Amino acid sequence: MKRIYSVLVENRSGVLCKVAGLFSRRCFNIDSLAVGETDDPNTSCMTIVSSGDQRTIEQIEKQLNKKLDVIKVKTFDEPSAISRELMLLKVKYNKNTRRDIMENCDIMGATIVDMSKTHMIIQMCDTPERTSLFIKMLTGVSIIEVARTGCLALQKCSEEG
Amino acid sequence: MTGADVMVKCLIEEGVKEIYGYPGVAIAPFYEAVRASGKIHSTLVRTEQSAAHAASGYTRVRKDIPGVCAVTSGPGATNLITGIATAFADSIPLVCITGQVKSELMGGDVFQEADITGACESFVKYSYLVRDVDEIPRIFKEAFHVANTGRKGPVLIDVPIDMQQAEVKRFSYPDEINMRTYKPTVKGNMVQINKVIKELEKAKKPLIYAGGGVLLSNAGDKLEEFAIKHNIPVVSTMMGIGVLPTDHPLYFGMVGNNGKAYANRAVAECDVIMVVGARVADRAVNQPELITKDKVMIHIDVDPAEIGKNAGPSIPLVGDAYYIFDDLLVKEYDADYSEWIDTLCEYKKRFATKFNDNPKYVDAPLFIKKLTAAMKDDSIYVADVGQNQMWSCGYARVKDGQFLTTGGMGTMGYSIPAAMGAKMAAPEKQVVAVCGDGSFQMSMCEFATIRQNNVPVKVVCFNNGYLGLVRQFQHYNYADNYSVVDLSGNPDLEKLAQAYDMPFIRVTNMDEVDEAIEKFLKDDNRYLMECMLDPLANC
Repeated sequence: MKRIYSVLVENRSGVLCKVAGLFSRRCFNIDSLAVGETDDPNTSCMTIVSSGDQRTIEQIEKQLNKKLDVIKVKTFDEPSAISRELMLLKVKYNKNTRRDIMENCDIMGATIVDMSKTHMIIQMCDTPERTSLFIKMLTGVSIIEVARTGCLALQKCSEEG
Repeated sequence: MTGADVMVKCLIEEGVKEIYGYPGVAIAPFYEAVRASGKIHSTLVRTEQSAAHAASGYTRVRKDIPGVCAVTSGPGATNLITGIATAFADSIPLVCITGQVKSELMGGDVFQEADITGACESFVKYSYLVRDVDEIPRIFKEAFHVANTGRKGPVLIDVPIDMQQAEVKRFSYPDEINMRTYKPTVKGNMVQINKVIKELEKAKKPLIYAGGGVLLSNAGDKLEEFAIKHNIPVVSTMMGIGVLPTDHPLYFGMVGNNGKAYANRAVAECDVIMVVGARVADRAVNQPELITKDKVMIHIDVDPAEIGKNAGPSIPLVGDAYYIFDDLLVKEYDADYSEWIDTLCEYKKRFATKFNDNPKYVDAPLFIKKLTAAMKDDSIYVADVGQNQMWSCGYARVKDGQFLTTGGMGTMGYSIPAAMGAKMAAPEKQVVAVCGDGSFQMSMCEFATIRQNNVPVKVVCFNNGYLGLVRQFQHYNYADNYSVVDLSGNPDLEKLAQAYDMPFIRVTNMDEVDEAIEKFLKDDNRYLMECMLDPLANC
């Protein structure tokens, strides 16, 4: 079972390490982890996607709450979240594949943000499922590098409360 | 005034009178400030691990303030780690101060540099690295608060030497703590408390299962009052020994692998189990799913993460046992559990211990029974780790005193330094450490500390020439193929006692026991007693 944790933490040095360390020490999975400052420079928001059985999922929340650098933990399922991931892809192209790549980009809403005579960089911002799907669609193309931010998520407005 | 002076002033503000430690360059400014203040006594242990154990023994007896230890950077700090981890596993409040290399050199792998906050992350309740000298008062205030509230535990403060040397204009200690991320729940939820009472009212065979958390929140008396009020039997974990006097009619022993058969029977057969301040850990409850299977499990703990970690309770109740028993005590209900108590008394009789009367050796269980019967009612018994610990848990009489051991981490060598700390916290009390020849040798260097500071602790060393508990494990699980458990090479303890200017007595068989115990306990002096055990005795 996948679970998203939106964790508000004190923006101090070492906090990322403490939170990530908690996951490894207690053998919890991290599917992805993204972190950035919030509107308040003293706090950061970590979005952690994890998975496990019901007990593990509850333990993760409790153990996160126990950390003295953690201000607040919100947790929700994928359907009740708006989640996005930014992906940059560097691919090699030639005249045979160029058309195909561009069509895929069109269909999936990805944009080409840089190119040379042999390579291009594609940017895509979408749900983690769709970014993964896009990579699958490019199987015929030689992918040089992939960089993904990991999932960012907020609970849907309708679920709040 | 320097940062080091400020550190000492903070300790004085917190009421600290005793610290344990080992100096070195990186903590030298602090120790100079300690000396100059003249208000704090510092004890030089002989290895850093003992500093944490001594502080642990001290705070477990003092109960009001955390134990404090201070060591230097690098190896000093890493040597302290096992002591910190032990305190963490047993939820003992410590404030551990480590010196650190100069801030600007940190990260450069310079002499005696160790990333101690990083290394300790998974077994401290919280840690601080001082980066600004003006932060010291706030950090100390928070550290003492965090260590000694909620689920207690060790807090580490790593102080680079330049922070200790930095000039500070004025000292002001904060009155209040303002931590938005730390507000432990101490009062129990009334809805849950009412549910607990309702379940107990319905119950035919209720059982209180008390852990170390009860002692840590000083709730032993309240638990006893509650148990007596409703006639509910009590079992304890290893860390919970002493919640009720061991000869109390409602006390049915320690549970677990090494516990009493009748205690485990009580756990298996009860219909409502009220777990208080205990983790439901593997050695206490072999199959946690069984304690929720055909019974109602009530789990009371100050740490919400403990509830549901190893067993899913029917009624979770977060809060400090002290306040929860307060609330439970005002509720009235009628129920009669006398039949259940009778059953348990019957089990207790049926599983009574048969003592070994081999005349050639000292029988450890019988010895412990006799020793603790002769000890004062309010004495402190410190058990080490190994067979000695299992025997101690099984047979020590605890009345109004305390039983100290490390049940969570099981760190060998705990008893001697912890007993020293305990005696320093309560000089008027009799303090006896009981260890095996293995654990003894892990801490025997502290005899020098005991001598230097004239701390009259009494030490019993069981000599069976083996790492007994491991040998026993190999006996049962590896067909008597003993591997790396032979302790031949043990020092002559009589000569050792002489070397440390300590009275000594060796007991070789049961006939000598009574007289030896009398001599051993007679005066308030340090004393070493060696008991010769059957090398192949199992517990």
